[in-house]
Amino acid sequence: MLPLIDFGPLVPQEPAEILVGLVLFFIILFAMSKVVVPMFERTYAERSAVIQGGIERAEAAQREAQTALENYRAQLAGAREEAGRIREDAKAQGSAIIAEMRAQAQEESARLLQNAKAQIEAERAAAVAQLRAEVGGLATGLAGRIVGESLDDDERARRTVDRFIAELEQAADQAPARQA
Amino acid sequence: MGGLGSLLVPLEGDATGWAACGGEHHWPPGQTSFCSRPLFPQLGEQFSWLNNHMAQAVIAAILVIGFWVVMARGHSLVPGKRQAFGEMAYDLVRNGIARDILGHDFKPFIPYLLTLFSFILVNNLFGEFFLFMFPTFSKIGYVYALALLSWLLYNGVGIRKFGFGGYMKRTCLPPGVPKALWIIIVPLEFLSNIIVRPVTLALRLFANLFAGHLVVLVFVVGGSLLLTTTERLGGFDIPLLKTAGVVSILFSFAVFALELLISFIQAYVFTVLTAQYVSSALAEEH
Repeated sequence: MLPLIDFGPLVPQEPAEILVGLVLFFIILFAMSKVVVPMFERTYAERSAVIQGGIERAEAAQREAQTALENYRAQLAGAREEAGRIREDAKAQGSAIIAEMRAQAQEESARLLQNAKAQIEAERAAAVAQLRAEVGGLATGLAGRIVGESLDDDERARRTVDRFIAELEQAADQAPARQA
Repeated sequence: MGGLGSLLVPLEGDATGWAACGGEHHWPPGQTSFCSRPLFPQLGEQFSWLNNHMAQAVIAAILVIGFWVVMARGHSLVPGKRQAFGEMAYDLVRNGIARDILGHDFKPFIPYLLTLFSFILVNNLFGEFFLFMFPTFSKIGYVYALALLSWLLYNGVGIRKFGFGGYMKRTCLPPGVPKALWIIIVPLEFLSNIIVRPVTLALRLFANLFAGHLVVLVFVVGGSLLLTTTERLGGFDIPLLKTAGVVSILFSFAVFALELLISFIQAYVFTVLTAQYVSSALAEEH
């Protein structure tokens, strides 16, 4: 019995070809899905895990470096501020020290001046007292020679001299007072 | 003579299916040039399916499995030469076809697409290499098998995802079609997506290899006939015929190069289209 249409080579020479093709395909498919593809995919997964891990590590390192940099900057700014403050303090302290030194020096000089004045005063007083004593003696001596009589009666002479000097002093005291 | 020896040596005489197919006929090349030769003709008609092309397909399967197992073994994170080559071949299917077409759920389909691609490619390359010189898939039975599997696959995943009704609706009715046109569109879409796809898939692969092998036969067999001629043919002188034979043989190299390209392209196209059909069957919006 001839078919109505001749399909020529489109009809398999042996129907078994289809079956054989299917069987072979499934055998290869089995090998692929059980052996080949899992092996390749495992390699790929491991590789991407390694690369992923590497990226994460690199990111972590970068973050760390960033933090360190910020810390460093903050520390640097702190140190600068600190240095400025120290400089200011030092300036202030220095000027305080200078002022103190100046005050001390002034005080010292005032004290020295005071001492000198007191010493001078004391020396003057001593000189005045000495002078008074000597002037009395000299004056009586001189007066005795001039008068020719002894004024050696000490008690009287001293009283006279004293009185004279007192008068002199009084006059000297009164003179500037009048002048003023 | 019989057994595996007849894989390579053309059989003379009493082969059963061979003679019925017209396999002893050599010139001009035609449909009969594709006849399979039974390996064990003495076993009788019921074993005629054990023919040389089936053996070729089996050898191709062994080669494919062997290649991939060798390529898959002893992997390290930093690939050596063998592994790099294996990964390049694997990535051609994995990334170039599966991932690019199927999107993020491509992994379950890698074994299928890899099997398809490598099995077709090796069988196609048999058409250009010594020993066999015959592309297995110019026997349409094998092609029908692969097309049937791809048809089952893409319809199967579609039905599993959307249910039979949902899948049919998505496949046969593109969204946004006015109701008045349904009567035209639905049969057309059904025809193109369910009926025609596997047929074109099979015929494309088969016809390319069948025609390619036929062209090779014309140039090689015809050329050698012309080269070895001892009598005038068609009123041409013998030296002219021999010259034509030389030219014909030389031109056959170009044809072989073209066939190499077609072998690869057809394997690739079959795989890409299968992936494409799977992708469209799984698409949310058709």
